[in-house]
Amino acid sequence: MKKILIVDDEPNIVMTLEYTFKKHNFEVYIARDGSEALEIIKSVFPDVIMLDIMMPKVDGYQTLRLIKENKNLEHTKVVFLTAKNKASDIEKGLKLGADKYLTKPFSVKKIVSEINELLN
Amino acid sequence: MSNYVLFLIIIIYLAILFLIAFVAERNSKSKWVNNAVIYSLSLAVYCSAWTYYGSIGIAATSGINFLAIYLGPVIAAPLWIVLLKKIIRISKQHKISSLADFLSLRYGNNRFLGALVTVVALFAIVPYLSLQLKAVSDTFQILSNKSGYVSTSVWDDSTFYIAVLLAVFAAFFGTQTTDASEKHKGIIVSVAFESVLKLMFFLSVGFYVTFVLFDGTEDIYAKIIQHQSVTEQVTINSFEEGFNWLYTIALSFIAIFLLPRQFQVSVVENVREKHIKSAIWMFPLYLLLFNIFVLFIAWAGNLTINDSSKAEYYALLLPLQNNNTTLAVLVFLGGLSAVISMVVVATLALSNMLSNNLIIPYGFLDRFVKSHPDRNAKYIKNIRRISIFSIIILAYIFYINFSFELSLYAIGLMAFVIIAQLAPAFFIGLFWNRGSSKAAIIGIIAGFLVTVYTLILPFTLRIITGTDDFMAYGLFHYEALKPHALFGLDYLSPPTHAFFWSMLVNLGCYLVFSVSMKGNYRERNYAEMFVDSKNYTALQDSALVWKGEAYVAAIKNILAKFLGEQRTQRALNLFFRKYNLPLDTQMADARLINFSEKLLTGSLGSASAKILIASVVKEEEISLVEVLKILEESKEAIARNKLLRDKSSELLVLTDRLKIANEELIEKDKQKDEFLDTVAHELKTPITGIRATTELLMDESDDMPSELKAQFLKNMLHDSDRLSRLINNILDFEKLSKGRVQLNIEKHNIRKTLNLAINSFKQVATKKDVAIIQSNQSDIYAIYDQDRILQVLTNLMSNALKFTTPQTGKIILDYKYESGYLEVTVNDNGSGIPRADLPYIFDKFYQSNNQNIIKPEGSGLGLAICKQIIDNHEGKIWVKNNKKNGVTFGFKLPFK
Repeated sequence: MKKILIVDDEPNIVMTLEYTFKKHNFEVYIARDGSEALEIIKSVFPDVIMLDIMMPKVDGYQTLRLIKENKNLEHTKVVFLTAKNKASDIEKGLKLGADKYLTKPFSVKKIVSEINELLN
Repeated sequence: MSNYVLFLIIIIYLAILFLIAFVAERNSKSKWVNNAVIYSLSLAVYCSAWTYYGSIGIAATSGINFLAIYLGPVIAAPLWIVLLKKIIRISKQHKISSLADFLSLRYGNNRFLGALVTVVALFAIVPYLSLQLKAVSDTFQILSNKSGYVSTSVWDDSTFYIAVLLAVFAAFFGTQTTDASEKHKGIIVSVAFESVLKLMFFLSVGFYVTFVLFDGTEDIYAKIIQHQSVTEQVTINSFEEGFNWLYTIALSFIAIFLLPRQFQVSVVENVREKHIKSAIWMFPLYLLLFNIFVLFIAWAGNLTINDSSKAEYYALLLPLQNNNTTLAVLVFLGGLSAVISMVVVATLALSNMLSNNLIIPYGFLDRFVKSHPDRNAKYIKNIRRISIFSIIILAYIFYINFSFELSLYAIGLMAFVIIAQLAPAFFIGLFWNRGSSKAAIIGIIAGFLVTVYTLILPFTLRIITGTDDFMAYGLFHYEALKPHALFGLDYLSPPTHAFFWSMLVNLGCYLVFSVSMKGNYRERNYAEMFVDSKNYTALQDSALVWKGEAYVAAIKNILAKFLGEQRTQRALNLFFRKYNLPLDTQMADARLINFSEKLLTGSLGSASAKILIASVVKEEEISLVEVLKILEESKEAIARNKLLRDKSSELLVLTDRLKIANEELIEKDKQKDEFLDTVAHELKTPITGIRATTELLMDESDDMPSELKAQFLKNMLHDSDRLSRLINNILDFEKLSKGRVQLNIEKHNIRKTLNLAINSFKQVATKKDVAIIQSNQSDIYAIYDQDRILQVLTNLMSNALKFTTPQTGKIILDYKYESGYLEVTVNDNGSGIPRADLPYIFDKFYQSNNQNIIKPEGSGLGLAICKQIIDNHEGKIWVKNNKKNGVTFGFKLPFK
């Protein structure tokens, strides 16, 4: 079973993602901001991390940097899922090493297929 | 004293003068030759035989009237620093060699004007010269005891030989170079030397008469008042006589500038401008010294000789009468000095005018162009030499024919009146650029004709007819046309009368015709240069308006005819280097034309120079409009430059301000972008939730548990509410911050407003189990928009609610009146706000890092809206952490 860590501070959005990925046989972990996420990845090594950018305390960019420093997560894919959809934002996200950059609002079906594609 | 001894003395004296002039010419660079004292003394060429002998004649008969002739120059002297400086500067720049050249150049190299000035000067000066010869002759006869003797032929007249010797002297030292604008140092030094001698000898005889023949000035005065009425002679008795004085002073003022010999010594022979500074006190001092003894010699003469017909020669007769022959000879030599210096300088000046402004431009130019340079130089020199001899011989002929009628004083003043005809064109032309050549010519001719009618004609007719009929009855016996009392003006002396009318007509013509007849472009060009001599150098390089086609080779050819091949090449090389032009430049420009004319002006006069250069230049006539445009443009350019400099500093300041404003704008723009970004982001969040949830609920294949379904629907409702709240807040905030909200301001009781706020919020607070307390129950009335203040209070309370914990949580509302303000506070005992967040708490979309738990409740605009509302009330909102725990928000509203 693939593990996914969803990092987002919007509970309603998290709920839809959690429901969807569970249904598609993912082991789902939830973090409400960067610092919670960093706490989780100390013990859990997800196959994919889905990151929001605009979050309190530790934002998406910073979280990604810290993930990249973690050798245990060498094979972990990181996907940004964010409302920031300017070309410059996307470029910045991919440059930092994100494997995919998805924008809100999103279609759950599409998100699932994108993640599956990434993992296969 | 024997004729021959006296003549020998004269020869020796002349030999000494030759020697001095020769040595000075040899050492022309020495500081003994080039100094302010020599310059000032050379100006004393003004004191001719008229001064030396004539003043005493006048003093003997009419008292202090003689002084007027010296007051004009004394008044003029201080003005030299401005006026003479300007004239000298212009003359040097253009190698001007005479007054005629100067005027001709000012009026656009006008050939006719130059010739006219020359003719007028000849009319004025030739009689004046013959007067000098007469003085020599008279004094020679007095000294040689031959008073009854009249020479029967030219050949046994000593005056003739003296005249010839003077001509030789002038010709020898006056034509050393072909360039007449070159300095004649030999002549100038000898003139300065003579100025010293004549003053010395005159003072000697004055001292001798006053202190040897008489017992000092008081003695003479005591005796003279018994002999004749003196008070009349030493005072100005009437209004009319005052006018006579005034006009005589004006005449001499003009003469000191315009007499050809004065122009020669003060302008052409000036070595350095700064010498003027010394001359302005030395020259008046010289005149003062010269006039100290005049009155006393005259009175002494009246007392002892008492023959008014001989009054002019009292200075000579007094020592003779007392058998002091040595002193008499010295006086004679002093007078001779005055004569020699005047004759030599005046002849030199006149001959330059005659050759450069009359003979060469009207007769010899064609020959020059065809001839060889060496021969041209010889031609020019010869023309000038012949001129010198002709002038002196002319003066001699005049002297022979009119000798008995010549009074030193009358002829002297006549010369002044004639020469004064040049004054309007000269002085006004220096300061008024509208003065035109036609006006100058008409003015001079008209003025001269009036002078002829009122002064020269009566004088000549009296000599020829031997009667005073013309003077007494006027032309055709018209009362109004009496030459000495035109239109009934009968109280002025003949010279001042002539001066008054001629000047009136001359000045009138000059002004009227200048205004009505504009000069051509060339004239306007030179006028501008003369008038605006401050920017002179700049103007003469840039503003010479000229349009046409000319080859350097052709101009070079002409120049070589007069300067020789080598000098021409050298001059052109200098010119090309000065303006950074290649040495093989083909086409000549305005500057080269100007430069070439200048080079030739010294040798040929400005009019001839212009004609010569024009002969090889295909010049296109430029319309006056074009010239004026060009001149205006250059003027404007100068003005614009100045303006630009002023403006550029202003612009620098403005640029700085703009930079700051621009930075502010960029910052604002950035803020606006950020705001929009944030708004978009905030809007997208609930939409994302709604979109995703809808998608899940729509999937019919999915058998979602019903309680989960209910939760999702609830989430959608929540997100929708959030969305609409957000939209409302954004619109509200925008309206408030743009000042587009009309506040509904009325008088309210703050206690009641607080009650309302608490009542509407109580439900939310009770739900979280947080207490809301209103401590103050007093009535305070203030003016505000109640709905808006309620909005603020609700916002602050919900904000406080976020940070407080259930059960222990407490929110306290309070208010008070304080120095013109109503102050309302909302106090809580929650977790407080991190110190770092305090300054930004009222910024839009600012969210504290530690509030994420309750984030969904906030739009990020609540406090920003509060601030806008309070700002709109002209109040103030603030926040501070409490000392123990919690935070206090407060705002002040002004009482109006």
